[in-house]
Amino acid sequence: MWDHEIKAMASTHAIIAASVFMATVLPAAFVESFSVYGTHLVWIYAVSFVVTVVSVAVFWLLGVTPPTKKHTLGYKLSRLFRCCLYFFLSCLFFHTVVVLYGAPLIESALETFSLAVLLTSLTTLRCLCVLGPNVQAWIRVFSWHGAMSVWDTCLQITVSCTLIGAWFGAFPIPLDWDRPWQVWPISCSLGAVIGFLTGLVVAPTWIHYHRKQLTYKCK
Amino acid sequence: MKGLPVLALLLCISSLYFVGLYLFVGGFLLVRLEVNRTSSCGDVLQPAGEPVDFCHVQPRLRRAVVLIIDALKFDFARYDHSNAAPRPYENKLPVLEEVTSSRPSHSRLYPFRADPPTTTMQRIKGFTTGSLPTFVDVGNNFASSAILEDNLIHQLGQTGKRVVFMGDDTWESLFPKKFHRSLPFPSFNVKDLHTVDDGILQHLYPTMTGDDWDVLVAHFLGVDHCGHRFGPDHPAMADKLTQMNAVIRSVMERLQNDTLLVVMGDHGMTDTGDHGGESLKETDAALFLYSPAPLFPGPPSQDEPEVVPQTDLVPTLALLLGVPVPYSSVGQVLLPLFPPHGQTEGAVEGLSQLEALWINAKQVNRFLETYSSMASDIPPENLSQLRREFSRLSDQYLSWVRGGGPPPPRLLFSLQSYLSSVRDTCRATWARFNPFKMAAGLVVLAFACLTCYVLSELSVVLIQENARRLRTPVVVALVVGVSVAVAQWFARGYADVSWCLAASALTSELLFFWTAARSASWLSHPLLVPPLVVSLLRCASLLSDSYVIAEGRVVTFLLFSLALYVPVHLNWCGHLVPPTPDPLKAAGLLPSPTLSSSAVRKETTTLVGGVGLLVLSLYLSLSFHACREEQGSCRPSPFLSPLSRLQDSQLKNLHYVLSVVSLALWTYLLKRCLSHYGNLNSSGGAAFTARWILPLLSVFLGIYWAVSSTPEDNFKDLGELIRLGQLTLPRAVFCLLGLGLFLIWLDPLTVFIKLRSSPSSRTSSLPPPRYRASTSMSPQAELHHLIPQIYQRMRRSLEDGEVGEGGGADGRPAVEAYGLGTVYSAPLLLFCGLLGVGLLLLHPEGMALSFLLLLLEMGAMLYIHASSTTLRGHHSGGFTVSWPPIVMWSLASSQFFHATGHLPTFPSIQWGAAFVGFPEGHSGTILPASLVALNTFASHALFAVGCPLLLFWPLACEVRGSRGGGGGGGGRACGDEDEDAVMEMRLRENPDQFSSALLQLSTRYLFLLGAQVFASVSAAAVLRRHLMVWKVFAPKLMFEACSFLVSSVFLLVGVTLVLRVDVAVAQWFKKVIPEASR
Repeated sequence: MWDHEIKAMASTHAIIAASVFMATVLPAAFVESFSVYGTHLVWIYAVSFVVTVVSVAVFWLLGVTPPTKKHTLGYKLSRLFRCCLYFFLSCLFFHTVVVLYGAPLIESALETFSLAVLLTSLTTLRCLCVLGPNVQAWIRVFSWHGAMSVWDTCLQITVSCTLIGAWFGAFPIPLDWDRPWQVWPISCSLGAVIGFLTGLVVAPTWIHYHRKQLTYKCK
Repeated sequence: MKGLPVLALLLCISSLYFVGLYLFVGGFLLVRLEVNRTSSCGDVLQPAGEPVDFCHVQPRLRRAVVLIIDALKFDFARYDHSNAAPRPYENKLPVLEEVTSSRPSHSRLYPFRADPPTTTMQRIKGFTTGSLPTFVDVGNNFASSAILEDNLIHQLGQTGKRVVFMGDDTWESLFPKKFHRSLPFPSFNVKDLHTVDDGILQHLYPTMTGDDWDVLVAHFLGVDHCGHRFGPDHPAMADKLTQMNAVIRSVMERLQNDTLLVVMGDHGMTDTGDHGGESLKETDAALFLYSPAPLFPGPPSQDEPEVVPQTDLVPTLALLLGVPVPYSSVGQVLLPLFPPHGQTEGAVEGLSQLEALWINAKQVNRFLETYSSMASDIPPENLSQLRREFSRLSDQYLSWVRGGGPPPPRLLFSLQSYLSSVRDTCRATWARFNPFKMAAGLVVLAFACLTCYVLSELSVVLIQENARRLRTPVVVALVVGVSVAVAQWFARGYADVSWCLAASALTSELLFFWTAARSASWLSHPLLVPPLVVSLLRCASLLSDSYVIAEGRVVTFLLFSLALYVPVHLNWCGHLVPPTPDPLKAAGLLPSPTLSSSAVRKETTTLVGGVGLLVLSLYLSLSFHACREEQGSCRPSPFLSPLSRLQDSQLKNLHYVLSVVSLALWTYLLKRCLSHYGNLNSSGGAAFTARWILPLLSVFLGIYWAVSSTPEDNFKDLGELIRLGQLTLPRAVFCLLGLGLFLIWLDPLTVFIKLRSSPSSRTSSLPPPRYRASTSMSPQAELHHLIPQIYQRMRRSLEDGEVGEGGGADGRPAVEAYGLGTVYSAPLLLFCGLLGVGLLLLHPEGMALSFLLLLLEMGAMLYIHASSTTLRGHHSGGFTVSWPPIVMWSLASSQFFHATGHLPTFPSIQWGAAFVGFPEGHSGTILPASLVALNTFASHALFAVGCPLLLFWPLACEVRGSRGGGGGGGGRACGDEDEDAVMEMRLRENPDQFSSALLQLSTRYLFLLGAQVFASVSAAAVLRRHLMVWKVFAPKLMFEACSFLVSSVFLLVGVTLVLRVDVAVAQWFKKVIPEASR
């Protein structure tokens, strides 16, 4: 029923997952003594950057992004500007939420913000790619009947997987195991990335097995 | 409504929990058997063979002065020459250093390690009996009863030594009539730094110069009280320690040659001045020994002990003074005080090291034999190993004594290690459990949780049949309990209460399940919905010590997650955003929305605002946490210390103003809320309380804070007045609080009727004719029918003229009843508010901010709950309160336990609460204990009382939604308006549903609390050999159990209040209806 989309989605996700893998492996060639724990912030930014670039490129190539109504250059530019603004605001939003969840306010603010950037590039960026800078559409997507295409369903799954992963990532922090990955924010960012990767796998699989039940309202 | 079944059911279920807890705690908390034998002069023998009367040998020292300086930490006693800028508690006892360096063979200073719990009474027991404490003893500090075990004081008295005691009156209760002369002074008032010490000093020197004593014990409390009141880092501590320095110096000057001076602390203190736990700061006290005659064979050598355990003082003192070592002592003599064998140079004489150790080992072995014959808790393999070791050593020793010559080289060392291993064995085994009781308790608790859950699911059925189903289990349980008791009586001659309770609880639970399983499908709902998962996570977190240590943050984290879950879930269900105009709906394919889009928008705004407020107060509440000793880098909240401890007067003023402002805001918000719903207009007791007593309470509290934080020294002339204020103001608050609560109970109605009428309009206010037609009905049915109608009439003209005019257009505005819509919630809210002010009185002043946050958070949760209920449109069916708000409510009660500066550890209990209004201390134990309990479990009490608000709030808030809808729709049908505006009167229309909803809400709340208790009980049971069990899990269990107790009691109070209101409303209607239809 949605075979074409599912195939496209699976390959997209494979590309994104591969890019995350590359972002974990490749920087070792450029940065001295690179490791996920040791130079954690570098890893976070590498993953964020790669995911951002790859997602934007892939979704643009696939043409999932809703077509703009006007085709003037000014409109496109303002749209681009709004996307950047939303990206930044979402970073701030995640930062606030993470701080409210109990992250230290002043000390290790940079680490917290890096986590916010990672979360933004894993979740908000996808919203921007699929739905455009339209908050109402975002809110609409995250409801029972809100998905209007396979891509929306996929968005629901990956975003919730990422956030749940990051949420679970906070669990080991108070434990007294003295492991290197318990340091803030490593467990959370690892949780988020693992959740994201899980979402990438789960979304096409789930949609494939439920493709008969999926019906979408037309816009 | 059916009040009695609800109450009876709640009582039953709570008593099931209590029985489970009682059983478990009875099996879990450790008990050590006390050996009631005493040593006597004949039985501790010199090795030579024939019995020698031990007591008639000339002792080495004839007299001893024991100065106990409570909480003399080792750091206080150490002197550091290089320290140029000492803290207030450093370098204040130079006399110790002077003497130890100038007369090394006369004096020594040791760190003196106490066994936990480091509370004063436990320590006095420890260093007089020489035995090890068990966990159970902790609670006895209030009512210390006489020591029955053999102890040093008893032995001294038995050998005819005259023991004179002065100081802390705990001794007097521990050793009644044992002293030759005793001068006790009251010890319980922590704020009083000088009474005890001055009293001692008045009598110490005259007594010393007299000849009416052999052993003089003086127990100074000033340092400890100074620590409790100001903390160690305060100028008052410097004064106190300097005073102690002078005391030690002048006592030394008065010593005679045959006298031993012991200066010791019974325990240390933490950096905040508290004690009770087992951190090194609390356990390490100082021990200083001195005698004008040479005491030690030489200057400090290599094999000096680094740390002296507190139990070791007992045998040492006993042997030095020539009395038998107390029977159950497991201490080891302090070897440096005894000369090595054959070394008789100098004035040191008496027992040699080997002899002393031999006597010591023999006494310990004898105790071990007696104890193991009385109780079987020491593992047999350890016991037989110790026995073998002792017989080997005794053979070695006796052959050496008979043969003479140089002592075997290793004997000294093996005797020492034997004594240490005995002590270690005892320490390990006096953690003894009763596994059967524990298992029974666990089973009863588990079934109680299940019963509670089933009850909450079956509440509708149960109320409908008037809880008849419960009668059989209860009766059978009673019968079984009694028969078990009788059987035990015949079989063993006595009845063990706990087993009777266990049997009856289990049978009642099983019978209940049997009847429940037959009738209904009570597992209809899925259990793994996110709110219950959150609650499950919370319970699971109690199984890990790290999570228990970080509990405050864990609970906040979970609550925050749940707060975010509510709007996300609503959005997922499509309730949050106003539905877009949809062609499908117009065509009737989808059900039309129950709420207009503007109403949805309004509710959404409320919801988001509520979530924002909740999140904000959650975040702010994190800054009121105290710190456990395990949390290394944590700094306790600055608001936790009472104002009187603050030095900086500007900061003090700032804190004071903040506290008063938040207190005023608390009062204002409550009054605002009540007057918003029109509850302040009536002239009844509750409204009077809200209008006058509540503000008066706050004013008194504000003045009390000012008075109690004023340093007495600064205002010498006002000292009397300040003392008076500290006494009377809190008592006035207590009295007012009692009066207010009593008035609320007496007259809970906050309804004001205004008959807006001349007589003519009153006649015109006759109900429409159809009511007359209904006179043929039975009066009961008529009443049921009438009430809503009358209410709606009143409601139409409620509060503002707008709606009233609508009614006027209808023809006949009859009666205005202000506040009828919130008739149930208003007294409850007021009750909560009053109770909150009362509980705030027991807290440090800075906690006012935290209490304000508590109120805000409560409000936020209520509004979130109300608007999500409205958005979901659940009004039509039942009044069921869904899980998320209840889970949030129960989490918030734990969260504010931490955010009001409490921790589940014994040292963190705020004992100061017992002295609020009673600065002179107490004579009984119930009053201070309940004050401390109320202080500790304040948030649990408040949230439990306020729990029924969850049922009322959606109803109280519904009017806004309908009004908004009316405004937005620009004129909806009048009938809708009427139907919507019933508010809490809906509950009266459906009394059965009301009862079942109330029952369901309370049982759900009890279920959540009970699940927590069960989790913490399981943690204690499963991890009973865990390293952290006495530090983390056992205190957590005790606190969890107590909080459950407090919560269930206050939940019952809240439910009873609701029932009381219901009765009052029924009476009111009876009074009003004839009036209105006249």
